[in-house]
Amino acid sequence: MARLNLKKSRINRVRKLASRIAEDIQKFIEPHSTISVERTVLRLYGVDGMDLQQIPYPNRVVDLWREKGDISMGISRPFAEAALRSGKSALATARLLADGEIGFTGDIARLARADVRRKEMAMAKDAVKALALSAERKRRKIKKTPLPRTPWRYIIVATGNIYDDRTQARAAVHSGADIIAVIRSTVQSLLDYVPYGATTEGFGGTFATQENFKVMRQALDEESEKAGRYIRLVNYSSGLCMAEIAACAAFEDLDILLNDSMYGVLFRNINMKRTFVDQYFSRLICARAGIMINTGEDNYLTTADAMENAHAVTASQLINEAMAKKAGLPEDLLGIGHAFEIDPAIENAFLYELAHAALTRQLFPNSPVKYMPPTKFMSGDIFLSHGLDTMFNLASVATGQGIHLAGILTEAIHNPLMQDRAQALDNINYVFNIARDLGPEIEFKKDGMINKRAAQVLEEAEALLEKISGEGLMKAISQGHFADIKRGPEEGRGLDGVFVKGPGYSNPLMELLDR
Amino acid sequence: MEKQMIKPYGDTMDDGLVQLSFTLPVENGPRARKAAQEYAALLNLTNVTVADAKKIADGFTCFVIYARASAALDYSVIRATEADFPKMEREDIDRRIDRELGRRIVVVGGAIGTDAHTVGIDAIMNMKGYRQDYGLERYSGFMAVNMGAQVAGALLLEKGLETGADAILVSQTVTKNNIHIRQMTEFMTTLNGRNMRGRFILVAGGARLDNDLALRLGYDAGFGPGTLPSQVASFLAQNVIKRHGKRGG
Ligand code: B12
Repeated sequence: MARLNLKKSRINRVRKLASRIAEDIQKFIEPHSTISVERTVLRLYGVDGMDLQQIPYPNRVVDLWREKGDISMGISRPFAEAALRSGKSALATARLLADGEIGFTGDIARLARADVRRKEMAMAKDAVKALALSAERKRRKIKKTPLPRTPWRYIIVATGNIYDDRTQARAAVHSGADIIAVIRSTVQSLLDYVPYGATTEGFGGTFATQENFKVMRQALDEESEKAGRYIRLVNYSSGLCMAEIAACAAFEDLDILLNDSMYGVLFRNINMKRTFVDQYFSRLICARAGIMINTGEDNYLTTADAMENAHAVTASQLINEAMAKKAGLPEDLLGIGHAFEIDPAIENAFLYELAHAALTRQLFPNSPVKYMPPTKFMSGDIFLSHGLDTMFNLASVATGQGIHLAGILTEAIHNPLMQDRAQALDNINYVFNIARDLGPEIEFKKDGMINKRAAQVLEEAEALLEKISGEGLMKAISQGHFADIKRGPEEGRGLDGVFVKGPGYSNPLMELLDR
Repeated sequence: MEKQMIKPYGDTMDDGLVQLSFTLPVENGPRARKAAQEYAALLNLTNVTVADAKKIADGFTCFVIYARASAALDYSVIRATEADFPKMEREDIDRRIDRELGRRIVVVGGAIGTDAHTVGIDAIMNMKGYRQDYGLERYSGFMAVNMGAQVAGALLLEKGLETGADAILVSQTVTKNNIHIRQMTEFMTTLNGRNMRGRFILVAGGARLDNDLALRLGYDAGFGPGTLPSQVASFLAQNVIKRHGKRGG
């Protein structure tokens, strides 16, 4: 692959700075938990379903304990104690608790502490086993139907109806898609619970539910067999239920989750403390279940200018990487994000796009970096927009990107129609084929525009990281360093669900995953 | 008025040539192509050429069609509105506000309801502006309060009252299932409910909005894609001066 002349010392320096920033956030994360983290523990212990009022049992149980008990202890111990008393499964115990058939005694000493601990440990170990099993099942499927060549062609479906999504997904696989992402409905990131069951209505997307995951994964298993290549399934672990969705995704063998350490904070005004704590636990789950995460730096360039803010993308990529590594995610599960969003009116914009794309590729050589298509400068002129996508496809194959999100000619108009996707994939297949080995054939001129641009972005990223590591990430976000959006540490949704772990806090699942 | 009949122009006047593309839920083959041709005929198209037929999924075929449209339209009766404003530069607008109003025009704005898209309203209101055209914040004649996205209508109204705003700017980007119409209508209901409709100049904008739609929903003006802040500034200056200007009237 054509390589940029990047200073080794500078690369080391930016990584060190990013890791210092992550370290600092980790110090905040560790003594905290959230109601969503606790609900995730219940889900992984086997609690699912919802009551007659359509409130999921994990919410019911955690809310009860929050009301009647002491949330600073976490849910694991009181729940294990209740399960011991009921002598029933986790699900049945949750129902009994929710229906008031049994109570949290609050008086945990009534049962031998050691027994309760043993019960907690047993449930936690089963959960970890379930996560590992999902990773194993995926490995087996990939052995049987191998992964295709990169860049992997990533296509979005978003009808709002999971069964229509399934039809669209099958069609996309027919046209060459390797990865199917089901976009979530507009409001979901702000829901403090995970909806339940198969759903047929949504706005701008389809609700992420465990049942919907299952419906789609089954269809894609069939398609993988037919196509002879493994088709991956993507959803979103973001919003107020990052970790819970990661758990549901693990149960249903999802392959990739959009999971960014800052996206929800910046673009959905979710509280940053909530996000940092939730994101950590969600990533621990992903690491165990073999789920790749995709970070969302591409979004920054929709609100901020791609030339002025390229360095913020780089800085954020390094921070996301450092935080993911803290959660034990290996590099091959890190789909670091970036995008082709430079104003096409700029002369030589394509050269700068190449510089940015190659920079990301080269900074994360072992990660399947995820390249996003032009969106902001796509217009109702679908013909010209198709041209923009063609150049994006060329940049992607020439710089050896890992995941290639298909740009769609109707981006500025509506969620893609079936025929829009087919057009997009035809374009991709055409460009990838005629330029397959272009990358290894070309060299970037030593002091040329591309090398200079990449060096400049890296240098600016270093300066920004320097600044952030000095003042801390929370302050940096408050000052609008990312995406030109400012969010304060006490601002945003979900803060009331964050709590300090008390001296009695227990979460053996976290302990096992944290190793 | 004299009639002015028009038809699509392809290569020669009144040839009526149109291009269109659609998908039928049938497997590709001679029958599918025939079906596409017949379907185009049902749309009153003649000389139908199925330029391309492509299988895009099991049981789905996408077509590219060229054909001649037979219908002709009388252009002389077509009416569409556009927000009405004099074309002025920023300096002129500021000067005019200073001279004829003698105070700053106060504007609050945001993307209302569930809409999370801020780039459009930012382009109009924030300092930086859009395509080298500075936003309202940059004007000495405006005080602009941008509330961002996902702003509840009631909150926007509250802010409008609190700041003594002359105008409220509403942005809507997501249009799926006509959610923009619902949310803009809801906001209107909120205003009417508190007898506040007459209190503000109401301007709406967004990628799929136009003046006609905005007027129909009870707003004073609507701006679509490509709008420059100076156009909005001109419109506001003219209308606020008309209402409250020193010369009255
Ligand atoms: C950037 C973007 C985002 C960013 C927004 C970041 C931000 N903070 O704004 C993010 C990634 C967060 C996002 C999220 C979503 N998006 Co979006 N997004 C876009 C995108 C790529 C560009 C929009 C944009 O910024 N345009 C640039 C600005 C300058 O243009 P503009 O908005 O038209 O504004 C101009 C005029 O309209 C006018 N104007 C606008 N507002 C106002 C107000 C007033 C008062 C006036 C006078 C003028 C005015 O002036 C502006 C300057 O000329 C478009 C695709 C596209 N190319 O259009 C999709 C698009 C708008 N998004 C879409 C969707 C579906 C979503 C999601 C629902 C996806 C999902 N399932 O999660 C969510 C929505 C979440 C929510 N609750 O709203 C769809 C909408 C489809 C539809 N018609 O309903 C689009 C078209 C993409 C697609 N093809 O699916 N999105």
